[in-house]
Amino acid sequence: MRATLASDALDAIDRLLINRLQDGMPLTHSPFAPVAAEANIPEAEVVDRIARLREIGAITRFGPFLDAEAMGGAFCLCAMAVPQYRFDEVVTLVNAHAEVAHNYERQHKLNMWFVLACERPDDIAKAAKRIEEETGLQVLCFPKQHEFFIGFRVEA
Amino acid sequence: MTLDATDRRILKATASGLPLTPHPFEEVGRWLLLPENEVIARMAAMQDDGVIRRVALAPNHYALGLAANGMSVWDLDDRVAVSLGAKVGALPFVSHCYLRPRALPDWPYNLFAMLHGKTRDEVEAKRAEVAALLGEACRSHDILYSTRILKKTGMRLAGEG
Repeated sequence: MRATLASDALDAIDRLLINRLQDGMPLTHSPFAPVAAEANIPEAEVVDRIARLREIGAITRFGPFLDAEAMGGAFCLCAMAVPQYRFDEVVTLVNAHAEVAHNYERQHKLNMWFVLACERPDDIAKAAKRIEEETGLQVLCFPKQHEFFIGFRVEA
Repeated sequence: MTLDATDRRILKATASGLPLTPHPFEEVGRWLLLPENEVIARMAAMQDDGVIRRVALAPNHYALGLAANGMSVWDLDDRVAVSLGAKVGALPFVSHCYLRPRALPDWPYNLFAMLHGKTRDEVEAKRAEVAALLGEACRSHDILYSTRILKKTGMRLAGEG
């Protein structure tokens, strides 16, 4: 997962697909038609290339990105200080929760950082409490108080 | 926006990804016994309302060479946190930027900004750039590097529907 792909793993068309399709695609009968036309390849090849990009790990997902808050739910960043000898066991316990959308290991005393995504705001605290009970470790919650506009993109 | 049972079936069916065919919404319609135009109309309505942010692919930062990724955290004077946070969020190498509560005494930081670069040196240079921008309004800062992705599935819908 962390390995960088060889520089020749992607050709110019792959890079075009990644750069275009990270911004979104139309909701139509043939959503790949515009990017296929731009790349001058058949739509079926766009599909095959996306499948390959997923196989080699150049992309992690392809589909709808949901906003839990617009659904009346909530996201919350949480952190735990997990003793090294228990790390794998705790990863399994934490990741087993469907509410855990992402989870990263980080270099710090607080070495496990995950995002809870729930449909109901109350469920955040409940999920955090269940994780505390299962692991016997404190879960610190860092709900966002203010989100700043972002213009970041990954150039492939 | 209130989602009905059919909206929820569509979101659940596509939570782990769209089918890879030239006509993915037709295929989703086949799975759910819905006409393609209803799948598209419902997804478009959910996108207009912001429930669906976009239908897109997610590049893997690491695989694409952005191997260094640090969560920089800053203890900012509360009186200027919003105005300075906006400046940090606008930097081109910052991918997420939020104000969050402190967890004193162990965690004094209230501004979180994800910094991305090809190498750690590059990320450290960007961190210095942020520090210069914040100046004396920042009392202390740290950066947490990710060493492993343990899970990345995006949001799933729990329960039936």
